[in-house]
Amino acid sequence: MIRIQREDFDVGAEIEKLAGGNAKVGGVAVFIGLVRDIAGGEAVRAITLEHYPGMTEKKLEEIEAEARRRWPLEATLIVHRYGELKPNDRIVLVAAASAHRDAAFEACRFLIDWLKTKAPFWKLEDKASGAQWVEARDSDDAAAAVWKKRGG
Amino acid sequence: MKILYFAWIRSKTGIAAEDVSPPPSVTDVASLIDWLKTRGAGFAEALNNPSMVRVAVNQEYVKGDHPIRPGDEIALFPPVTGG
Repeated sequence: MIRIQREDFDVGAEIEKLAGGNAKVGGVAVFIGLVRDIAGGEAVRAITLEHYPGMTEKKLEEIEAEARRRWPLEATLIVHRYGELKPNDRIVLVAAASAHRDAAFEACRFLIDWLKTKAPFWKLEDKASGAQWVEARDSDDAAAAVWKKRGG
Repeated sequence: MKILYFAWIRSKTGIAAEDVSPPPSVTDVASLIDWLKTRGAGFAEALNNPSMVRVAVNQEYVKGDHPIRPGDEIALFPPVTGG
């Protein structure tokens, strides 16, 4: 399941909804992305996340479908926020539930790595020196490329 | 066709969305971008560096040689930074 929303999410409640009632699930791996308070050595007061409604949902659904093709998963979840967020706020929740931990850990990592390079979100940082769009990182492309090579 | 701009590409063009009717010589994404760049300094600056412009036609990533048609929704944006 995927969700894009302005509001915060409750991690415990989300995991309960994802795996509760399904005794085939032996493990759930979870990644939670938070807003850092520093970027390029400068304090960040807030960030604003923009996205491309329509394409975002489509890409996240594709990423989930690809994870489920590669690993035996009982359930997956991606929740991504948009709008203005403060340091330490939650940005994204990614979870993968499977009978065994290997598939859960690997799928969770895959979901966030692919999301970072394919889902159309952009971060604008509010700093003392002004507003600045975050630049994409080569390390994110490298992380996603590893999964491309492995192919599943 | 509808053109959408996001993030700093939108900041430079000054608009988020517009309907355009390019000349018949504009047949693919690359020629569309070349034409859009002629429409003002902000557009030229926004689209000047092809390595920093990602393109989606009808919400799918495409390359410069992808054909474009009148009813298409074409989005131009920088490399993504979510997560």
